[in-house]
Amino acid sequence: MSGEERAAREKPWVFRTYSGHSSAEASNGLYRSNLAKGQTGLSVAFDLPTQTGYDSDHPLARGEVGKVGVPIGHVEDMEMLFRGIPLDRMNTSMTINATAAGLLALYVAAAERQGVAASQLSGTTQNDIVKEYLSRGTYVFPPEPSIRLISDMIAFTVDAIPKWNPINICSYHLQEAGATPVQEIAYALANAIAVLDAVRARADLPADALPRVFGRLSFFLNAGIRFVEETCKARAMTEMWDRLGLDRYGVADPELRRFRYGVQVNSLGLTEAQPENNVIRIVLEALGVTLSKNARCRALQLPAWNEALGLPRPWDQQWSLRIQQVLAYETDLLEYGDLFDGSPVIAAKTRELVAGAQAELDKVLAMGGAVAAVENAYMKQRLVESHTRRLRAIESGAQLVIGMNAYTEAEPSPLVSAGSSAVLKVDESAERAAIERLRAFRNKRNAADARAALAGLRDAATSGANVMPASIRCAQAGVTTGEWSDALRAVFGEYRAPTGVVAGAVRVADPAVEKIRARVRAVGAKLGRPLKLLVGKPGLDGHSNGAEQIAVRARDLGMEVVYEGIRVTPAEIVQSARDEGVHVIGLSILSGSHGVLVLDVLGRLRDAGVKLPVIVGGIIPEDDAAQLRAAGVARVYTPKDFDLTRVLGEVVDVAEEAASA
Amino acid sequence: MLARDRNAVAPALNLADDSRAEPRAAAREMLALLEARVLFGGAPRVGLTGAPGAGKSTLLDALVRARRARGESVGIVAVDPSSRVSGGALLGDRVRVRSAANDPGVFFRSLAARDSLGGLSDATRAATTIMAAVFDVVIVETVGVGQSEGDVADLVDTLVFVAQPAAGDTVQFLKAGVLELPDVIAVNKADLGALAERTAHELESALSLGEKTDAKWVPPIVLVSARDGTAIDALEAAIERHRAHLAAPGALAAKRRRGRDAWLREGLARRYGSYGIAAFGAAGALNARLAAEPDASGFALALRLAEEIERALRGGNS
Repeated sequence: MSGEERAAREKPWVFRTYSGHSSAEASNGLYRSNLAKGQTGLSVAFDLPTQTGYDSDHPLARGEVGKVGVPIGHVEDMEMLFRGIPLDRMNTSMTINATAAGLLALYVAAAERQGVAASQLSGTTQNDIVKEYLSRGTYVFPPEPSIRLISDMIAFTVDAIPKWNPINICSYHLQEAGATPVQEIAYALANAIAVLDAVRARADLPADALPRVFGRLSFFLNAGIRFVEETCKARAMTEMWDRLGLDRYGVADPELRRFRYGVQVNSLGLTEAQPENNVIRIVLEALGVTLSKNARCRALQLPAWNEALGLPRPWDQQWSLRIQQVLAYETDLLEYGDLFDGSPVIAAKTRELVAGAQAELDKVLAMGGAVAAVENAYMKQRLVESHTRRLRAIESGAQLVIGMNAYTEAEPSPLVSAGSSAVLKVDESAERAAIERLRAFRNKRNAADARAALAGLRDAATSGANVMPASIRCAQAGVTTGEWSDALRAVFGEYRAPTGVVAGAVRVADPAVEKIRARVRAVGAKLGRPLKLLVGKPGLDGHSNGAEQIAVRARDLGMEVVYEGIRVTPAEIVQSARDEGVHVIGLSILSGSHGVLVLDVLGRLRDAGVKLPVIVGGIIPEDDAAQLRAAGVARVYTPKDFDLTRVLGEVVDVAEEAASA
Repeated sequence: MLARDRNAVAPALNLADDSRAEPRAAAREMLALLEARVLFGGAPRVGLTGAPGAGKSTLLDALVRARRARGESVGIVAVDPSSRVSGGALLGDRVRVRSAANDPGVFFRSLAARDSLGGLSDATRAATTIMAAVFDVVIVETVGVGQSEGDVADLVDTLVFVAQPAAGDTVQFLKAGVLELPDVIAVNKADLGALAERTAHELESALSLGEKTDAKWVPPIVLVSARDGTAIDALEAAIERHRAHLAAPGALAAKRRRGRDAWLREGLARRYGSYGIAAFGAAGALNARLAAEPDASGFALALRLAEEIERALRGGNS
C-alpha cells in the first residue's frame, strides 16, 4: 500500500473499552496501559454505589464497592482516576445516569486541578434515565425531576462545555432487555423526544440554542448477531433522526442533524458454553455497525469473550481492542464509500424498520410520550414480552445458539481449563480501602465549605435554578457523591419503576411445561397450599431482566410468585420471605457481589429461625458456586442454564426436598 | 396471637391457608376463636379497590405511611388475580409499597385470588380476621374486576374505590351495578387538574342517582395524588369520618353481620348449589337461620351449616 492510499483512508472510529474496578488508583493504571496499547478514548465504568448515589460506607453499598466499576466518592478520587492523562486531549465517556450531574461536576473540578478549563473538555455522560427505568435499574429520582436534571445538564453544557455530549440516548440496554430492532428504534427516539421537548420548554435557553442542542445529542446502540439487520437499523435511525430534526425541531443545518452514535456490541448473546465462540460473535457484531460508511458508529466498545463467565482480565480486554485495530488498520474497510447505497435488499429492510418503528413511536407519543409510557409500564411490558419470546425460541430450538442449544458436542476449551483464573478476581480488600480513603477525605476537607455548597445545591434544586453551577461548587468544596445525592433525594424523593411482570401468560402446548405444572400442583397438595416463590434482587444491581423472566415463567408454571423488584436489602428479603409464607427464596445477582449478599441472607434467615431453601442465579464463577453450595445454598444457576422451565422444575424439587426434610 | 404477637401472624396465615385435613381442623378452631374476639371489635378494616393502573398500590403506600406516622401498626392483605391458564400468580405489590420494607410495624401478605372466579378466596377473609386480632388497622387491596368489589365490600368496614381520571369507563363501570358499594371515592392523580375535577363531578352526579345500602351516608369524593402526597390527609379524614359514622350504636355490628351473612350465603351456594341451600327449607329459610345466630363466628357457622346441608343431602338420598 502506498503512502497516498494510506492517507486517503477514512479516520477510524474511537476505540474504547468499558472498564474500571476496585479503586481510582487501580483503574488509572488500567486506563494508562489501555491507552498505551492503542485505545483512543476512555470509557469509565463506575461501581453501583457511585451510580446510585451512595458513598462507599453506606449500608446499601455493602459488597458492591469496586465490583462492576470504580468507586468515585469525591474530587480527589476523580483526580486520581485521570492522573497523568491530560483531560484537554482525552475523549472520556462516562456510564453514569441518575448521578450524572454530580459526576460531571467532579470531572470539571478534577480538570481544573489539572489546569484544564471546562470549555476544553470533550466526552460523553450517558445520562439516559428512561432506559434505567426500563432495563438497567440505576435510577434514583422520579421521572419528572430526573428529566429536569438531564435538561439542566444539556442547557449548561451547550455553551460551557461545547464539545460535551450531555446525553447518550441508549437503545443498547433495550436490546439487552429483549427489544426487537423496531422497539429499539422507537423507544430510543421517544426518549430523545421527551428530552428535547423538556429542553425546548426551558425559559432560560435562547431560542437559537435548540439546533445546537439537537446537534449535541448522541446515541448508544447495541449491535446484535443479526448483523445485516443491525446495519439496516443504524441506517433507519440515521434517516429518522434527520427527519425528526427537520420536522419537529426545525434544525436547518444538516450537519447538526447527523445521527452520531457509539456502540457496545451485544452481551446478551455471549455464551458461557464454548466461550471461545464469543470472539467470532463479537467480530460479526462489530461489522454490523462499521460496514456502512453512512451509518457508521463514532465510537466502539467491544465486550470480552468471557463476560458470561465473570469479569474480564486486562488480557481479555486487549484481545477485543485488537479486533478493532485489525478491522480499522489491516482491512480495506476504511478505503471505500458506502458499500450498501443502491442495494435494493438493504433499502427494503431499512424501509420496513422505519415503517415499523414510526408506528410504534406514534403509539408511544399518543399515550403521552416516553415518560408516560414508563409510568404506565407500556414499554416495560412490551420488552418483557419480547424477551420471553426470545427465550422460548432458544429453548425450543427455533433460534440456534451454537454451542448452547446446538452443536454442544465439543472438545474441552483450553481457554477455560484454568477454571476461575480465566476471569478477573476483584480484590476483596477494595471496599475497606475505599471506606478508609473516604473517611480520611471527609476529615480533612473544610466542613463549613461543604455544608454551604450543599445548601446551595438544595436551593437550586428547590427553586428550579440550573443545578450544574451548584454541583460544581459542591465538587470543589469536597462534597461526596452520597451527600450530593442525598440532598437531591430530600428535594425530589425516590422512585420505584414498574416491573413489567404483569405481562400476560403465554399459552403453550409444551409437554415439558405441562409436566412441570402437574408437578407444581402435586407438590402444592403435599405442602398444603400452592407453591409460593420469592424472587429477590439484593444489592444495588439493577439488571432485572433475568429475575423478571424467572418470575413470569414461574407464574406460567403455576407458582404463586412474590417479586419485589430491584435493590432490596438482605433484611427486607428475610422479612418478606417470612411474612409472605413462601416455600423457596430465589436470589438474582449479576454484579459479582454474590459472596457477601447471599451469605448475609443465609445468616439472617438462621438468626430469624426461618428454615427455607435458597437458590441463586447470576454470573457466578464455579469456585464461588461451590462455596455458596457449601454455605447452604440449594442450587446455583449461571447463564448456561438457559432453559428456564428446567430450572424451575428443579425449584419444585427443592421445595419438595425441603418439605420432606 | 391473642397477645398481639407479630411473629405469630405468618405461621397463623400459613395454617389458615393449609388444605390438608389435619391443619384444616386446627385452622378452623383457631379462626373461630379469633373471630369470636374480633367479629364486632378488633382492628378497623379498610378496603382499597379500583381498576388496574388506577394507582392503588401507590395510594396504599401513602396511607400506610400516614398510619405509621400516627404510631399505628398496619396489616395489609393484597390480592392479585390468578392465571386461568396455569393457576399461578404474580404478586407484585410489595414493589410499590416501600413503607412495608424493614418496618416491623407493617405486615404485608400477598394472596392469589386462586379459583374464586375473580372474587376473593376464603383465605382473604381468614387473613383479614387474623390480622384484625393483631394490628391496629387492616387494609385489604384488590384489583377491581369481576366479583371482587362485592366480596371486599362484605369483608371491610370502609371501602375506598380508587378512580382514575379520564377513564370515562370509570363512571360507566360504577353505574354498572357497583355504585352502591364504595364508602369513599378517591379520584387519584389530582395533578391532572381539570380532568380529575371533571371525573369527580361525573361521579358526583352518578352517585346522586344511585341507590345506597346505607341511606345515611353519602360517599365523599376526594381528589388525591399518591405521587406527590396531595390530599392524603383529606382521604384519611374521609375514612375516619366513615368510621365515626359506624360508631353509632349497633351500626358496625350490623355491617359486619351483613358481611358475614353475605359471605356465608355465597360460600354455601358455591359449594352446594341451590339444591343444597334448599335443604334449609323454603326460600328465605337460610336467612332466618342466620338471623337466629347474630353473634356466631362466621367460620364456626360455616362449618355447622355445611354439616347440616350434608346431613340433609345424605338423608334425602337414603
